[in-house]
Amino acid sequence: MDLLTIIIILLVTYYTGSIIEKKHFKKIKKREIALYNRPYVNFQIKKWSSSRKVASAELVTGEVVISGDYFKTFIAGLKNLFGGRLTSFESIMDRARREAILRMREKALNANMIINVKLETMMINDINSGKQGSLPGVAVIAYGTAITYAKK
Amino acid sequence: MYLTNIESVPGMKITNQYGVVSGSTVRAKNAIKDIGAGLKNMVGGELKSYTELLEEARKEAIQRMQAQAQRLGANAVINVRFATSAITAGAAEVYAYGTAVKVEPVQVPETV
Repeated sequence: MDLLTIIIILLVTYYTGSIIEKKHFKKIKKREIALYNRPYVNFQIKKWSSSRKVASAELVTGEVVISGDYFKTFIAGLKNLFGGRLTSFESIMDRARREAILRMREKALNANMIINVKLETMMINDINSGKQGSLPGVAVIAYGTAITYAKK
Repeated sequence: MYLTNIESVPGMKITNQYGVVSGSTVRAKNAIKDIGAGLKNMVGGELKSYTELLEEARKEAIQRMQAQAQRLGANAVINVRFATSAITAGAAEVYAYGTAVKVEPVQVPETV
């Protein structure tokens, strides 16, 4: 590819990527605040010192696939030479995990809490696969058990 | 069929266990959807068609696991886990596994 086209693509994707990311973070924050008083934990409860009876327990999942953009991949490729933090990818992983957890929690709105939350991550087209034109993305599945207490 | 990813079904007691059951599915994305995803891949953001694919794959894997548990005569699968792997670019495997058990409600429901 011609150098000029690469520079144009880099500029455009930098612009679109940062706008999409900012919007996404804003949305995530808003939804997290809305779900503030709904607990989710990543441990199992063997003996809960509570008098409340459990009415139902079911598996809930949330999944999302977030893609990196051309600019982030380019920067990561450069950074790969020197080592160090790849901040451009850190934000993608952060977004993907938080989004997956939020989707899981939003599916269990009528439950009292979600216990034993686990995350499963998969990289699609990772940066070291060496294939031309494949940009990395991350797929996350979040799952847990939604517990609903019986009405007193 | 009860499904949990904890070691019990709250309010129930385990009367029999049938060992590990699993379900897996390998999905490839469709070529037309892939063009849109390729474009989105350049500018960044969520790949909705891939998310749908992942959702379908997860449902399918759970369904297969449940079918296997049902054949064994179980009425619950506990301690469900997911594992994923990217086999080639554009295809992904979702694997769900858990322990098939038979549960019965206890007279006095226990607290979790």
